[in-house]
Amino acid sequence: MKNGNKNTAKAVKMAFVSTIPIFAGYIMLGIGFGILLSEKGYGPIWALFMSIFMFAGSMQYVGVDLLASGASLISSAIMTVLVNARHLFYGISMIDKYRGAGAKKFYMIFGLTDETYSLLCEAKVPDDVDRHTYSFFVTLFDHFYWITGCVLGAVIGTVVPFEFKGVEFVLTALFVSIFTEQWLSTKDHAPALIGALSTAVCLLIFGSENFLIPSMLVIIASLSVLKFIRKDKKNDD
Amino acid sequence: MTTEKIIHSILIIAVVSIVTLALRGAPFIIFGGKRKTPQFVAWLGKVLPYAVMGMLLVYCMKDVSFVSAPHGLPELAACAVTAGLHIWKRNSLLSIGVGTVSYMAIVAFLPLG
Repeated sequence: MKNGNKNTAKAVKMAFVSTIPIFAGYIMLGIGFGILLSEKGYGPIWALFMSIFMFAGSMQYVGVDLLASGASLISSAIMTVLVNARHLFYGISMIDKYRGAGAKKFYMIFGLTDETYSLLCEAKVPDDVDRHTYSFFVTLFDHFYWITGCVLGAVIGTVVPFEFKGVEFVLTALFVSIFTEQWLSTKDHAPALIGALSTAVCLLIFGSENFLIPSMLVIIASLSVLKFIRKDKKNDD
Repeated sequence: MTTEKIIHSILIIAVVSIVTLALRGAPFIIFGGKRKTPQFVAWLGKVLPYAVMGMLLVYCMKDVSFVSAPHGLPELAACAVTAGLHIWKRNSLLSIGVGTVSYMAIVAFLPLG
């Protein structure tokens, strides 16, 4: 085996520990989704298949409305692009990191959610752990948590008043801690500021339904300008 | 549910799943291959993780109203706890755990809004 001298058990354990916050977040968000779905008359079997095949948090919430209103397939496709276009960014930064992952690669790309991406884009793995094995298990654990939460919510339905108010904040906290870690580990804060400010400005201008794609365009444009300016400076030196 | 509704629902789920997968896979299909990743795309790949985390932070706050009470204060306070603790201890699980519990405590015990 290619990774014969790499420690698979250690990779699995590392993946489990780093996905604990995602476990908490996905179970709660999944339950919320399942309850919403069952209110519209779609039972656990629908929650199961949606969480297996879509594996997308906010899009599944939108999907509930699409199903309930019997939206056309074209508008379902357009809606998906609007909500999920940000995933294009994730792929761009994982092209080289996922290179050579072999058969696992298709599944890792399929399961590249916001949270999985956040853990993997900057993950540092020890020498005796295979990066691809670690990435694969992070994706698999996250997928498993999400399916569990979604089905659980649909089973519970509206019967049990299940509430841990505010626990869904765990995913925001995950992003805050990763943002902070990135901030501390680099001297170049321009990309982080560009990302946050462009999105904030677009949110103010376009509103919470339509700001994502404009934000992405502004981010790409601003980063291009940044690269151009820095190249100019280098030529001056 | 009518058979027609069931079939249409299955088709919607298929469309959303396929489009999502296509968005996640497109960069790998366009730039992956055996060729070397174009220089600009490789550079984007290096800086995007930083920009994306900034974007996701704002994305999490998209439904928080800063105009009406409690003006997003519970979220901002819990974010500050998370970030502050992370700067101090550099331990992700600790900062995420304490940050989340402090948010839950704020919304449970403070009569805001």
